[in-house]
Amino acid sequence: MNPILMAIIVVTVIGLIGAVILVAASIFMYVPVDERVEQITAVLAGANCGACGCAGCADYAKSIVEDGNAVNKCTPGGAACAAKVAAIMGVEAGATVPMKAVVACSGTCDKTGKKYEFQGVQSCQAVKGLYGGDGLCKFGCLGYGDCTRACAFDAIHIVDGVAKVDRDKCTGCGACAAVCPNAVISIVPEHKRKPVVLCQNKDKGPDTRKACTAGCIGCMKCAKACPKEAITVENFLAKIDQDKCVGCQICVKECPVGVIHVPANE
Amino acid sequence: MVKLAAIFFTMILVDNYVLAKFLGICPFLGVSKKLDSAVGMSLAVTFVMVMATAATWPIYKLVLCPDWAVGTDRDMSYLQTIVFILIIAILVQLLENFLKKFIPALYKALGVYLPLITTNCTILGVTILNLDNGYDFIESIVCAAGAGIGFLVAMVLFSGVRRRVEQAVTPKCFEGLPITLVAAAVTSLSFMGFGGIVDAIFKA
Repeated sequence: MNPILMAIIVVTVIGLIGAVILVAASIFMYVPVDERVEQITAVLAGANCGACGCAGCADYAKSIVEDGNAVNKCTPGGAACAAKVAAIMGVEAGATVPMKAVVACSGTCDKTGKKYEFQGVQSCQAVKGLYGGDGLCKFGCLGYGDCTRACAFDAIHIVDGVAKVDRDKCTGCGACAAVCPNAVISIVPEHKRKPVVLCQNKDKGPDTRKACTAGCIGCMKCAKACPKEAITVENFLAKIDQDKCVGCQICVKECPVGVIHVPANE
Repeated sequence: MVKLAAIFFTMILVDNYVLAKFLGICPFLGVSKKLDSAVGMSLAVTFVMVMATAATWPIYKLVLCPDWAVGTDRDMSYLQTIVFILIIAILVQLLENFLKKFIPALYKALGVYLPLITTNCTILGVTILNLDNGYDFIESIVCAAGAGIGFLVAMVLFSGVRRRVEQAVTPKCFEGLPITLVAAAVTSLSFMGFGGIVDAIFKA
């Protein structure tokens, strides 16, 4: 027999047998797939960012359908996306709380001073490596704008020596928080009334005073005044538990150095 | 028995498919970032390697190139690459269906790696090299299992190396893939040190 013909026949026969086996297998071993998974995957933002805590959009869609995961975890998609997913699943969307970056430092140029004159590469990362930064306070905003360069939305700028967040533009992506060498920036759920301690200084009161007039001295006044016991002072630094806080703002008035504020655009 | 053991350990240490024969570099670099995914991928590869060898060896010996046909017109061994790819693709697809239906836990564990393996060159490499080496059926299966375990060893070792590399401060120009490739080269070089060890143990 012609060897070429033989070769063609052999490959075709093997292919055909394989096809028959696969078709038979897909019929006999059919596993029903929930079509909602695909619908939800199509609705999600598709960024595969992992903000929801799953390995990707498809994975999140699967966990919504199969494990009853919450429908409002897609940060890039926001409320509109949550509503669509909720419609597919037939449940209430629940509120999505927008997240905003907060710079926990109040040490503007008139409140604190410089330890030395820095003339190296103009970045927070560089100045941090030299005696822990050029500021008198080694915890506060360094003010060389690494966050400004990291921000994709032009939402954070150095104003008067301290990074300032434009809350209209901020999406809460956390890029600035990730690059800040002093970890001054945190991502906090937006709330119209709940205040935040805008200081990071963990030194004792007198030391803080010497470095900055707008620094938390750990006086405990806010902690004592808080009716909900939402404020704890640790390492001479007050911290407000956002879950316990009810937004009464007594601490804002009590603070002698005025570092407790509700974050807002001025 | 001694010969089987020698084949098995040779495949793991001396003739490691990734580090000595440089097959399957793509998953080696792509999936070795995390230990659990590296292990998952390797187990899937081992599984498919053994299955593919079990399927291709008889087809080669019975259909493509039976012993009596060697040297005649009927010798179709030149078709082995295309036929083996076809068989491996069918096999992986079949396996995926089967696992989905009957062993969902394993299907979930292997996840996306199973279909990825369809076009993995280590699988094809193992099936072809088994025949080139003139192994009989049992030897081929043992060789395939050894190659899979060797892949696992390489992946696990390299995921450890990679974690250290990621934590280290890398010069800007080497960041990412370049330093990974350098690390892979050093890991591969270290496996060269196993040369001859299995022969010495089993033939002494």
